[in-house]
Amino acid sequence: MRHFLLGSLGYDALPFYSLIATFAASIVVLGALAVLVFVTWLKGWRALWSDWLTSVDHKKIGIMYVVVSFVMLARAVVEAVVMRSQQAVAYQNPGFIPPEHFAQLFTTHGTIMIFFMAMPFLIGIYNFVLPLQIGARDVSFPVMNSISLGLTSAGAVLLMISLCIGKFSTGGWTGYPPYTELSFSPGVGVDYWIWALTLSSVGNTMTGINFAVTIYKKRAPGMTLFRMPLFAWTALCISILMIFAMPPLTVATLMLAMDRYLDMHFFTNELGGNMMNYINMFWLFGHPEVYILILPAFGVYSETIATFSNKRLYGYTSLVWATVSIAVLSFTVWLHHFFTMGQDGNVNAVFGIATMLIAIPTGVKVYDWLLTMARGRIRVSVPMLYACAFMMLFVVGGATGVMLANPGFDYQVHNTLFLVAHFHNMLIPGLLFGMLSAYHYWFPKAFGFRLHEGWGRIVFGCWVGGFILAFMPLYIVGALGMPRRSQEFFEAVYRPYLWVALCGAFLVLGALVSMVIQLWTSIKNRKALAVPVGDPWNGRTLEWSIAAPPPEYNFALIPKIDCVDAFHEAKKHRDAWRAPEHYFDIELPSNTPVGFVCCVAGGVFGFALTWHIWWAVILGAAVFFGAIILRSFNRNTTYIVPASEIRENEERWLLTLRETAFIDNDAMFTTANNGLVKEPI
Amino acid sequence: MSDHHEAERRQELHGYVIGLILAVVLSALPFGGVMLGLLPKTSLLWLIAIAALCQVIVHFRFFLHIDLSRSHRDDLQLILFSLLIVALMVGGTLWVLSNQRHMMG
Ligand code: HEM
Ligand SMILES: [Cu+2]
Repeated sequence: MRHFLLGSLGYDALPFYSLIATFAASIVVLGALAVLVFVTWLKGWRALWSDWLTSVDHKKIGIMYVVVSFVMLARAVVEAVVMRSQQAVAYQNPGFIPPEHFAQLFTTHGTIMIFFMAMPFLIGIYNFVLPLQIGARDVSFPVMNSISLGLTSAGAVLLMISLCIGKFSTGGWTGYPPYTELSFSPGVGVDYWIWALTLSSVGNTMTGINFAVTIYKKRAPGMTLFRMPLFAWTALCISILMIFAMPPLTVATLMLAMDRYLDMHFFTNELGGNMMNYINMFWLFGHPEVYILILPAFGVYSETIATFSNKRLYGYTSLVWATVSIAVLSFTVWLHHFFTMGQDGNVNAVFGIATMLIAIPTGVKVYDWLLTMARGRIRVSVPMLYACAFMMLFVVGGATGVMLANPGFDYQVHNTLFLVAHFHNMLIPGLLFGMLSAYHYWFPKAFGFRLHEGWGRIVFGCWVGGFILAFMPLYIVGALGMPRRSQEFFEAVYRPYLWVALCGAFLVLGALVSMVIQLWTSIKNRKALAVPVGDPWNGRTLEWSIAAPPPEYNFALIPKIDCVDAFHEAKKHRDAWRAPEHYFDIELPSNTPVGFVCCVAGGVFGFALTWHIWWAVILGAAVFFGAIILRSFNRNTTYIVPASEIRENEERWLLTLRETAFIDNDAMFTTANNGLVKEPI
Repeated sequence: MSDHHEAERRQELHGYVIGLILAVVLSALPFGGVMLGLLPKTSLLWLIAIAALCQVIVHFRFFLHIDLSRSHRDDLQLILFSLLIVALMVGGTLWVLSNQRHMMG
């Protein structure tokens, strides 16, 4: 009976096996309780439900994605600091973390950073910005968007639950079999990993479809593909990458699940299984994935560098083609992740050369950005600082990447901390900095007030300094031969480097704390930092042409576009912010709880599969699909915003606009900035 | 509803029915081939492969409404791109795995 009700779940699943695990679990539980108390204290349950959880507005879904990402970022950074501390003291010493627990740490850190920090962060930013940039009222499939968010969140929640109930996988973020097969990993850890990944990757595939269709079908009249901002171009490329690259992952993890649940032998050692098939499929996903992570940052930098240099993006067309060719080439290089796994030298050479080719379009981009800055009127804003740090650091990471693309060199350093240094060198400047600067750049658009500038610089300093200290030494210890994923080591020369890396990790922790302080002070001073007119940076693209925060319908009238950076051109010709002659009713998608229901049902489904609670598996699946089918019978899926309400709203905003004085460029970072900046002469 | 609409609906339904019939036939052929075992193994494999390809085309033509007319060029481009990526993935996988197998042997 107990087995029927609870599957393999029992008291031994509670995290009392080690003090650290108990502590981590208590933080999760207390954190969740604190959120519940806080919402109750604000009397915010109704607002939370009707304004957020059931909303299908792309702007709110985008913000919720970013919130998920921040929570997960905090956990993964803390885990990184714990790992760094362990390695700092682990010279001929077991340290304070046993091997099995250390393995969980690098697995959760990697899995979270990629799937539950990076992906939600960039999807969230695109969700918010993309429709505004191409002059659309929403994405093409708003409800599907909310279901995607639900699936990703369900995966994230599963990871959080795994801290409190049972243990997580020890197989690394790649989960290579045969180690992750039942015979070597009999616990529930790998199952948690499989279902968290499956939920989120299905969500991401749907997001890819959603964005691609939005870009193809919902651009404002006159906005041809080659008049889109570069950020929108990167959105198109990563959507297509997501559509094609996510399925191999889903297939690989599901086949692994079949091995574990149904006694199949796709990847086992015996009975004809072939683990290389998994590794091959994983990287068919994995390499395009790194470009899914990096292209958005390229897009962000293309926007911020142009805006803060007050110049048109140099070489727009070459940047577009560079982005597209990187996207296509990214499907031709996956083998460089397993040069050492048994194919012959010719195969390695082909993939090595293909890999080096990608450096060419990437180099083109760096020059384009530099030339955009050349002779521009540069304003040293926080996003500009990130962009500059990125260009310098990313070139270092790119250079070590070209080194690794040489199979002979790769044989020496594969599976060492050299590789770990390389990919963090790509991902931190080439993803995290990009997203953090996007956060700083578009925050005023989303909430109507700027983030605190001074704290923004402190955050920036801590991230960059922390990154350099934490990862440059790893190139050296890696080249000296220190294996990655080591819980203990016996080579005295590594020690000083690992201590420096630990200092870097603490600085990164400082960055995280500073981000909290920045958000807090900004909210406290939101009156002084307000930018109601909505164009605080003298922006170039459409999202800056509307109020901050934007009205639910985005544009009262969909703008007509006749060039790149149309809004900026209009400002130059004193033709921006014209009041429309007529207002029209606008039809918008209405709220629906379907996304939230799918989130809960998906989470139950994943959890129940992990613990073999079959009745809950069936229940979760039934509710999930039932909710979607039921929803399709609903014919009242939109509501009308009447023209009179829009007129009132827009006229109020235009009045604010007319009453606001233009400020000088130099005053942009002071409280004089109300969101209206003079064009410099 | 106007006559015009009605006629359009008819035609659409017509297309779907033809598609369905073709899809069923193309599924029945390989299943039948395997279950009855009338053909030698290699011809059977060919039969399955060709039926699968035709099945893909039938789905495109009758369910996704993709043909060679001008208004569908966008869609066609997307399909060609998909074919390219799938060819890269499948071809690459076959190459890599057979090479590894060869090295093991
Ligand atoms: C914020 C600063 C960060 C620090 C201090 C940090 C630190 C670490 C450490 C110590 C490891 C284990 C290295 C080993 O194998 O010995 C690791 C692994 C990893 N990190 Fe980070 N990391 C950071 C940020 C990131 C970011 C932003 C990402 C991705 C977006 C990321 C992705 C990964 C991945 C994929 C692994 C490999 C996990 C595995 O071995 O399976 N990390 N990191
Ligand atoms: Cu790669």
